[in-house]
Amino acid sequence: MGAVVGTLTLQTRQRRPSSDKVDDDLELSVVCHRPEGLEKLEAQTNFSKKELQVLYRGFKNECPSGVVNEEMFKQIYSQFFPHGDASTYAHYLFNAFDSSHNGSIKFEDFVRALSILLRGTTTEKLQWTFNLYDINRDGYINKEEMTDIVKAIYDMMGRFTYPALKTDTTKQHVDAFFQKMDKNRDGVVTLDEFILSCQEDENIMRSLQLFENVI
Amino acid sequence: MAAGVATWLPFARAAAVGWLPLAKKTMPKPPVDKKSRNDEILFVNVSGLRFQTWKNTLDRYPDTLLGSSEKEFFYNEDTQEYFFDRDPEMFRHILNFYRTGKLHYPRQECIQAFDEELAFYGIVPDIIGDCCMEEYRDRKKENQERLAEDTEAENATDTPLPPHSTSRERLWRAFENPHTSTMALVFYYVTGFFIAVSVIANVVETVPCRPPKGSKKDLPCGEKYTLAFFCMDTACVLIFTFEYLMRLFAAPSRCKFMRSVMSVIDVVAIMPYYIGLVMPENEDVSGAFVTLRVFRVFRIFKFSRHSQGLRILGYTLKSCASELGFLLFSLTMAIIIFATVMFYAEKGTKGTNFTSIPASFWYTIVTMTTLGYGDMVPNTIAGKIFGSICSLSGVLVIALPVPVIVSNFSRIYHQNQRADKMRAQQKVRLARIRLAKKGTTNAFLQYKEEGGFQGRGSDNALCLKNRSSFEHQHHHLLHCLEKTTNHEFTDELTFSEMCMTESVGYRTSRSTSISSQQGVATSCCPRRAKRRAIRLANSTVSVSRGSVQELDTLQVHKTSAGPQSSRSSLNARTEDLKLNCEDRDFTAAIISIPTPPANTPDESLPPSPAIPGILRNSRPTSFTHETVKISSL
Repeated sequence: MGAVVGTLTLQTRQRRPSSDKVDDDLELSVVCHRPEGLEKLEAQTNFSKKELQVLYRGFKNECPSGVVNEEMFKQIYSQFFPHGDASTYAHYLFNAFDSSHNGSIKFEDFVRALSILLRGTTTEKLQWTFNLYDINRDGYINKEEMTDIVKAIYDMMGRFTYPALKTDTTKQHVDAFFQKMDKNRDGVVTLDEFILSCQEDENIMRSLQLFENVI
Repeated sequence: MAAGVATWLPFARAAAVGWLPLAKKTMPKPPVDKKSRNDEILFVNVSGLRFQTWKNTLDRYPDTLLGSSEKEFFYNEDTQEYFFDRDPEMFRHILNFYRTGKLHYPRQECIQAFDEELAFYGIVPDIIGDCCMEEYRDRKKENQERLAEDTEAENATDTPLPPHSTSRERLWRAFENPHTSTMALVFYYVTGFFIAVSVIANVVETVPCRPPKGSKKDLPCGEKYTLAFFCMDTACVLIFTFEYLMRLFAAPSRCKFMRSVMSVIDVVAIMPYYIGLVMPENEDVSGAFVTLRVFRVFRIFKFSRHSQGLRILGYTLKSCASELGFLLFSLTMAIIIFATVMFYAEKGTKGTNFTSIPASFWYTIVTMTTLGYGDMVPNTIAGKIFGSICSLSGVLVIALPVPVIVSNFSRIYHQNQRADKMRAQQKVRLARIRLAKKGTTNAFLQYKEEGGFQGRGSDNALCLKNRSSFEHQHHHLLHCLEKTTNHEFTDELTFSEMCMTESVGYRTSRSTSISSQQGVATSCCPRRAKRRAIRLANSTVSVSRGSVQELDTLQVHKTSAGPQSSRSSLNARTEDLKLNCEDRDFTAAIISIPTPPANTPDESLPPSPAIPGILRNSRPTSFTHETVKISSL
């Protein structure tokens, strides 16, 4: 009987810390972020008012609290790529979107990045892409960073591809990239090298125009 | 893909810019987006309640009605809105689903209504959110069970026998539903009586009777009046055996029947007798035989065929099997624990009753169930302490599963009550439906009689106006059918009258058969011999159309308008024109109306019971067109 009583009290004691955590979560979710005014955003981005409205409605519907954290972001992005694992690339994307680097994307970050990607100049787009590739934000893309990025992209393809993925596919791809981009062969790619090399490539220039009417 | 993700698609596509510098090949062209990207507000009018929503919201789920182009069918150009003639309260939930991605089930709504709405809007119920899913599933299951019960009740008991059932089927029905025929009822009560007799005999057998002369010892009655008891036992077993064999013969599926619980009980009830007959008078074996007699008490279970309450109890126990199992298991655990403890606690005492752990089981059981016989009591202090703990915990362990069993029993009991009530209500409902159906058909006949087709004179015009355009069109349709098949609609009474006239001969009046309608209906068409001259009794001559192959319709019944014929009220008839003819000769063929000789409308008519759909035996080669007398009431 004493053992029974003992186990009962043990249970109640264990429960308390978890209840604290629940309270913390509640507090977090109650905190809501409201974006800056519509006019301000319209001035800062290349979207019209209507477009911003549409974007915000969708954003707010999905994230009523006004912010997207990385978990949610990964989940959302993974839904578009069911074949493979999109979480690594989503992580890099998240970092690229999260311009204030505080672990959450607010609507302004979201819309500013979209504005660059969809309505920006080619230079801005390439700059954004460079930031995406530059994982540690030191201004240079080295081979490791590039390998990580490429590997993340290939992860999204999943296992079943045609032709089948070989072990050195990633390495070959990275090497090809560096061959093209690294002008002075110093093993890293700087922003200027990157922009210059991309502007020389017809294909890339043309493709950059493709995504303009996504919204 | 979750619908909310659709809003993120533009973002994902934008992020694809990040792949461009790495791309090995050129990117494909993006799809051309013809529709305007501007989001617009749609108006949805559901029975007057106007909802407004973004087009994007509805587009989230393209495989539903509102998300696909199917909603264009409901678009009203004049008011520039989508109009649905459905429940506006329910629509709120449907629309919320589009908005939030979660479908909720409103607890106060009927589950079937909800399901119907979901089906209409093309939403699969599986996406009901977790918060409401359990409630939804429970209600749905309950509803399905209820429907299953109702259909079962409908099919099972009180429907009339199909006309061509074999004697075996009839026998089975008699056994399963004693209320269907008096013979079955008699048999039911007789078996019940004999079960009671058998059980009482078993009991009285063991009561000590006065000893026979010259002996001191009390004898149990069974040994004193051996012959009497034996005769009674034999009689009972004979009846039971006969009943069992009859049931076995009548059962539609013998294997299933032999596996059923009731038949096992039957067998177990009668087996000891037969085994006793076969058994030799051996001393050793007869000991075993005596124990077999115990099984005779199982005859009392045969009462469960007679008592619904007993069946419910059995069913409850079956459905609570897991709770009962748990109860048993926990009790066993507790018994073992406490018995062990008590044994070791009382081990030291001299002359103790707790000689072994199994011996302590008895003490534990008696204590836990709070019986407390007192034949075993602990003496040591420790024993007493543990004994008291044992009795306290016993109460708890037993009290736990009991409410579950009770609630199960109550649920099943109420279900049964409801089934009985449903059956009673069903009869009333069917009668009302029949009445309504008859009203429509009679309206048609009345319409014809009033010469609606011919567009007769103004005195009928008043009556005709009272009918709605729907009725007009319906009547026209029925008339077309008549023309197509060259038969005419009539009603049951007339048809049965025709049958009667065939068998009985020519009659002049049709005033009979109202009271014995049932009898007429069932025995209306006895086996025909030759002549099929039918005499049609016609009520009003105004119906006659003698020129063509039409029969005069028989104006039989006026439901609401005052009696124009002297026919008395025929209200309680079924309008389904098929006859419950028990004569097997009446199988397929539609009689075709032979072309009538040209006659004056008053006198002769083609002699056929032109009833489309009524199928009679096609022996009308001897169909004569002879004397067809018309009589009026």
